[in-house]
Amino acid sequence: MDELRDKYLGAVASASDEAALEEVRLAALGKKGEIALRMRELGTMPPDQRMATAPALNALRDEVAAAVAARKAALQDAALDERLRAEWLDVSLPPRPRRAGTIHPITQVTDEVTQIFAALGYAVAEGPQVEDDWHNFDALNIAPEHPARQEHDTFYMARSEGDNRPPHVLRTHTSPVQIRAMMGQGAPLRVICPGRVFRADYDQTHSPMFHQVEGLAIDRAITMANLKWTLEEFLKAFFEVPTVDLRFRASHFPFTEPSAEVDIRCSWEGGTLKLGEGDSWLEILGSGMVHPKVLTAGGIDPTEWQGFAFGMGIDRLAMLKYGIPDLRAFFESDLRWLRHYGFGALEVPTLAGGV
Amino acid sequence: MKLTLSWLRDHLDTTATVPELASALTDLGLEVESIRDPASALKPFTIAKVLDAQPHPNADKLRVCRVETAQGIQQIVCGAPNARAGITVVLASPGTYVPGIDTTIGVGTIRGVESFGMMASERELELSDEHNGIIELPSGEVGQSFADWLATHDPARVDPVIEIKITPNRPDALGLRGIARDLAARGLGTLKPLPEITVQGTFDTPPVTLDPSLDGGCPLFATRLIRGVRNGPSPDWLQARLRAIGLRPISLLVDVTNFFTFDLNRPLHVFDADRLAGNLTVRPARDGETLQALDGKTYTLTPGQMVIADATGPQSLAGIMGGEPTGVTDATTNVLVESALWDPIRVAATGRAQKITSDARYRFERGVDPAFAEEGLDRAVAMILHHAGGEPSHRATAGTVPDTARAYRFDPDRLKSLVGLDLPADDQRRILEDLGFRVESDRAHVPSWRPDIQGDADIVEEVARVASLTRLQGVPLASPAIPRPVLTPAQARLNRARRTMASLGYNECVTYAFIDRPAATLFGGGDDARRIGNPIASDLSDLRPSLLPGLLRAAARNQARGFQDLALFEASESFTGGEPGQQRAEVTGLLIGRAQSKGVHAPARAQDAFDAKADLDALLATLNAPQKLQLRRDGAPWWHPGRHGVLTLGPKTVVAEFGEIHPRILKALDVKGPAVAFTLWPDAIPQPRSTTRARPRLETSDLQAVERDFAFVVDARTESQALVQAAQGADKALIAEVRVFDAFQGGTLPEGQKSLALTVRLQPKTATLTDAEIEQTSAKIIDKVSKATGATLRT
Repeated sequence: MDELRDKYLGAVASASDEAALEEVRLAALGKKGEIALRMRELGTMPPDQRMATAPALNALRDEVAAAVAARKAALQDAALDERLRAEWLDVSLPPRPRRAGTIHPITQVTDEVTQIFAALGYAVAEGPQVEDDWHNFDALNIAPEHPARQEHDTFYMARSEGDNRPPHVLRTHTSPVQIRAMMGQGAPLRVICPGRVFRADYDQTHSPMFHQVEGLAIDRAITMANLKWTLEEFLKAFFEVPTVDLRFRASHFPFTEPSAEVDIRCSWEGGTLKLGEGDSWLEILGSGMVHPKVLTAGGIDPTEWQGFAFGMGIDRLAMLKYGIPDLRAFFESDLRWLRHYGFGALEVPTLAGGV
Repeated sequence: MKLTLSWLRDHLDTTATVPELASALTDLGLEVESIRDPASALKPFTIAKVLDAQPHPNADKLRVCRVETAQGIQQIVCGAPNARAGITVVLASPGTYVPGIDTTIGVGTIRGVESFGMMASERELELSDEHNGIIELPSGEVGQSFADWLATHDPARVDPVIEIKITPNRPDALGLRGIARDLAARGLGTLKPLPEITVQGTFDTPPVTLDPSLDGGCPLFATRLIRGVRNGPSPDWLQARLRAIGLRPISLLVDVTNFFTFDLNRPLHVFDADRLAGNLTVRPARDGETLQALDGKTYTLTPGQMVIADATGPQSLAGIMGGEPTGVTDATTNVLVESALWDPIRVAATGRAQKITSDARYRFERGVDPAFAEEGLDRAVAMILHHAGGEPSHRATAGTVPDTARAYRFDPDRLKSLVGLDLPADDQRRILEDLGFRVESDRAHVPSWRPDIQGDADIVEEVARVASLTRLQGVPLASPAIPRPVLTPAQARLNRARRTMASLGYNECVTYAFIDRPAATLFGGGDDARRIGNPIASDLSDLRPSLLPGLLRAAARNQARGFQDLALFEASESFTGGEPGQQRAEVTGLLIGRAQSKGVHAPARAQDAFDAKADLDALLATLNAPQKLQLRRDGAPWWHPGRHGVLTLGPKTVVAEFGEIHPRILKALDVKGPAVAFTLWPDAIPQPRSTTRARPRLETSDLQAVERDFAFVVDARTESQALVQAAQGADKALIAEVRVFDAFQGGTLPEGQKSLALTVRLQPKTATLTDAEIEQTSAKIIDKVSKATGATLRT
């Protein structure tokens, strides 16, 4: 028995590869292997002899099997180590290229604004970019001959011969969407109206197309103080600052009464904008209480309902928040600009994750 | 609107400083745009005395002066002809910035002689255009600040100038008095009464006729004639004021009209009575009449434009500009002074049509005080009489002062319920009264100079504005505890499309909604319905019929900058017509250059239609488009005719197009191709009907699926989808998927043939497939495909 043991354990230990090891295994434990044959002999032995031999033989079989398995693992490990020693990558090589797409700042900021106002219960209203002059002007209390109408730098659509309707306009603001929302949904109402607007003006700081977001809230007892709170909440969330200091300044818009320009306290120290501190004031939006005539035009009874409206530039918000210097570059699609100022596809603004 | 502090003090008794006034003005809605304080620019200049002036050794026109200054006696080289011993001068010592020459003075050597500073002229200090010599002061101590000296001896020269942006609703603030009234109401002083005047007419004014066809165009036309005036330069104070607000003094008679325009928002006109032929008529112009106006230009008038005419024709364009031939000159002795009211709408229309901007037009089209027209005339006449003498006529008035009297509800509670401000009713009443309203119990009567007040809300606004909106404290508005989703399904889907495109590696662009006509025409636009009537530039003239031209133009610009591999997208509206609503959302992706740039891992590969198709498929999947879209090949002409596809839902609804852009289009737009693209119209994809969030049950089978491959040879122009559909039809229950895994032409294949290889996956549902069943299904597949497409199994 000891002889057998020494023979096979020695053979296992000296097997130089898996094939040699398999031969040893077969010779010992295979169907016709020496240990297997000895075990078969157990059946022919008298019981008392079998009782004496069997445990030792079983132990020997297990011991040899374990030795084979251990040797096999060792050989595999050695082979793997050998292979890995040969395998080497220049990992400093560039990987396979993958394009990285970007989201335009206009989209990003629109999503941010939408996210914040959604939390305050505002839906998103949309409307046509080509508007009739009633929705763009008359309904907003801007009479045809009023100087305010001239100051809008309006783009007019061409009228073909024989078509004597007043020309349509490219909307000069998203306010006509407010009219459409009032007419379509009635009061009470909370909507924001983001979108493209157009003014015939092009210079260093003006583009013939830009983006606005207007807000409208109509209810029975809404006041300008609610407007101020709403804007404070929005600006705090949008600019991610703990406090803002807003200054309401009397102004004039035909569609609101009273009207106010809203300035935000800021500092420009070191060329970067900081909100909520400093001695400068930055004009950031226009607002007011919806003019009774505008409510009437929107089919809402001004003796029963009142509300506020405000409007600001999306492009401008983007410029202020993200430090983008030039408005016109927004629309030039310069790849360098898109990559630098763009946002990752998955940087979806959320209130939980930050806008 | 510009004003000076001293001018404002004519109307407002105040001790407020310029910064205090400015911040109050801005807060009142009279936004201060700039403040110019001449004294601040003059601060570094001091008074000095020239002790002697010797000829310069090397220059005839220069003198070397010894000057007594605050820093002792200095040598200064000076070229002014009046530089001489004994005069008191204004000194810019080294280091001083001189605004008129935009230079900081240093110690210099002029023609070999050292010079320690400069003696300044008025122009160099921007005090006037005077530059014939250096300033000589009649008094002043060496070392004294020149600004202080001016403040004492010639305050008008250091009068701070404030420029205000006046909103279109506030014509009353186009006069100093209106601004002073707002400030007084705010509590920054008291409004001074206008001085008492009397004008005793001694003879009748020639009558003026108002043509009845004017139809309200000229409600009132008041005149006085003054005989025997001596026209000439205005007094210094008047000249200084006009200069301070950017006007050029001309002569007393003209300056008086300008003064009243800005002082009391009362535009006036003066005719040289001796240059008028016969009596005046106010009437509509006749077609083709001309007027040589005071700006030196001749205007051809059209019917309906209101004029003031004498027997020979129009002599003034009503409310806009007078005529040159009948204007006053230094020789004028008999002057007809006119003060009128004009219909704002007609003045605005005429001014626009004739492209004339004037201070008069600006005011008349916003609305002057109708009740002040006659008094304004008398005040101007009194001022002319005071300075130029003469004998005035009785006032002649054609027409009447229109009745603008009206009153609105004054409800002190509205300040709280509309604005959210608290202010006692008495204070509110006091504000309205200071603004000129007459308050009687709950009615506020509007002053004649406030045409903008048109309703109850305006009364609240006036009180709020003067009380100051800065006092507003934010009050929370009830909001949902947990906000509900607010986006419409279409909005949410467009957002998802954008994020998907970016995640597929595209850069989002926002291009103009209008493009150039040639590009619009290439993409099915460029028609009159989509043309902009007044484009700002020829390359921004037509509404875009598609997002592709804008992206292709953007690609061309990027190629010019050296970027050859581009993946751009835009998700926005394109226009199907020029009526409101003729627009639709579109998502367009454009790929140009290499799908895979040259590199260590694989050879470079150009973008092809399948790159576009892959991205389109990914996008369709995120938008939950139905699986069964049909593919056609009859897309728009800007696609490569053989390399594009149209995806439709049913026979009619086009959901998307993709493929290679037509080479001719690329050439026309200067794009180096090839370029592939796709356009998707998200609104063509139906929104899911079911609103449940629950998913259908997942059906899986434990039975082994079997895959079999088939290689067919078929005509090269047969679409693989025909084979796939035929194969799927062989056993709809059993065949889970058919996939094309190989396609090639050439090799041993005959010309005009190609090989297409399909993998078919069989998924049994009830029992494991037997070999016989598999064989049977395979035969059926081969049979179906052959019958449908003429394909033969490749052996």
